[in-house]
Amino acid sequence: MKLVIGIVRPEKANDVLEALYRAEVRGVSMSRVQGHGGELDRVETYRGTTVKMGLSEKVRFEVAVSDSFVQATVDALCEGARTGEVGDGKIFVVPLEQAVRIRTGETDQSAVTPVVK
Amino acid sequence: MSLLELPLIAQASQVDTGDTAWMLVSTALVLLMTIGLGIFYAGLVRSKNTLNTFMMCIAAMAVAMVTWALVGYSLAFDGEGSLIGGFEYFAMQGVDFIPREGTTIPHLVFFAFQATFCIITTALVSGAVVERMRFGAFLVFATLWSVLVYAVLAHWAFGGGWLISGGTLDFAGGVPVEMGSGFSALAAALVVGARKDYGRQALLPHNAVFVLLGAGLLWFGWFGFNGGSGFSTGDASVLAFVNTLLTPACALITWFILDLIRGRKVTAIGAATAIIVGCVLITPAGGYVSPGWAMVLGFLGALPCYAMIVWRPRTRVDETLDVLAAHGVAGFTGILFIGLVAQANWNGISDGLLYGNAAQLWDQVLAAVAAPAYAFIATYVLLRVIGAVMPLRATEHDEAIGMDFAYHGEEAYATGEGAILVAPDADGEVLVADPG
Repeated sequence: MKLVIGIVRPEKANDVLEALYRAEVRGVSMSRVQGHGGELDRVETYRGTTVKMGLSEKVRFEVAVSDSFVQATVDALCEGARTGEVGDGKIFVVPLEQAVRIRTGETDQSAVTPVVK
Repeated sequence: MSLLELPLIAQASQVDTGDTAWMLVSTALVLLMTIGLGIFYAGLVRSKNTLNTFMMCIAAMAVAMVTWALVGYSLAFDGEGSLIGGFEYFAMQGVDFIPREGTTIPHLVFFAFQATFCIITTALVSGAVVERMRFGAFLVFATLWSVLVYAVLAHWAFGGGWLISGGTLDFAGGVPVEMGSGFSALAAALVVGARKDYGRQALLPHNAVFVLLGAGLLWFGWFGFNGGSGFSTGDASVLAFVNTLLTPACALITWFILDLIRGRKVTAIGAATAIIVGCVLITPAGGYVSPGWAMVLGFLGALPCYAMIVWRPRTRVDETLDVLAAHGVAGFTGILFIGLVAQANWNGISDGLLYGNAAQLWDQVLAAVAAPAYAFIATYVLLRVIGAVMPLRATEHDEAIGMDFAYHGEEAYATGEGAILVAPDADGEVLVADPG
């Protein structure tokens, strides 16, 4: 089991969701975050105040998957989020110690396997 | 005509203080509508395009006001030319305190009131092209459109052109404002093209409260728009004022029922739309139809607009904020309705078909065909010409990151987290991000 974390551009979030869906990865969390990863600063001016926006808006996906789904998830994140410009984001894959499905109490492998109706 | 007789001239140039006071207030009310429209439109777009959308309305206040003062007013309101006015009032020459023939308010007040109409109509068209049109290209478009399309239609319907002199009744702007903006919006959407994600992703309104607030401000301002279009505090203005209360209320009820039938829920954004549709429906008819018929107009006139709003998003035409449905179709309906139910004992001018005067309906049909045709064709050609000289659209990159940062260097909802102050004197410090 791995936790795949993808930090991507907000304007690519829909493309990522679409790519994940096509890769049959279900069960995704998404949050809005701010970060900095070496891209050029945006300069904004509010009346007389000029600021460099050091942090840019990003969207963070978290996907808990069984080992066989790791590559598919990473590929989908790359495919959905890439524009080729600096600032496309990063993917981190980290080991996952335990997972519990709250409704049933199922753990680990069965907890990250989507419910089939 | 005995207009050359001296006593009548003296009569005509008499300023009435009550009328003037009301027209000054009306002018300010109509100007507030453009801000209301900005809030309404801003709520309907995604948050990254909030400021740009609002700024298109603000831009209309700047650009259309100046073109109106320089040439627009003259082309619309100088002389009885059938297609276009003259240049007598170029740069406001001769626009002073002496009332125009047939009015009891200073010429300057008449000018200012009409200016606010030109401003809001220009702002209305922006609804078709938000979220992807370059701001610079929009400024050029607004400049030319306010003269080449609005002033011409205003001359036809208000300023002595072929429609008004032929007997078409248009109380507050079904021709230049509503059909003018609605059918121009359709042309603009076709020339500029759809947003890059249109039809592929859900592009949702980011703030429904803005939409309701904007609609409320528009309704409030519309009492000046319709209530001022009699240029006095006389019967026609009073009738139009009260009808502006009745028709939108009835349109709301129809909208509630249609929403219930379609989705089993009454929607807030639908209600905001219904308010505007109701106000537009009564705009041409305000001073010509009885309060009873104004209510019927609200109940029935909302139907074709609702149908258009449901149908349009299923097409590939990204007429983004449905200016055609809310203004074009509603204006068209209101103009024709006058031809059916106008009553001389309410308006003192003319009856409609139901009261024995079929000729009035024919005059209304002429306007309902000519105004959409001119607005659509003129806007289409104008944008093609501008498009040949400069790009109309933002780059895909700018469209993706949002027009607010791309064209204004600001965000509507900036938090300031992670923002580093740039010292005002250290201009070498300022790095401009490469827009790619």
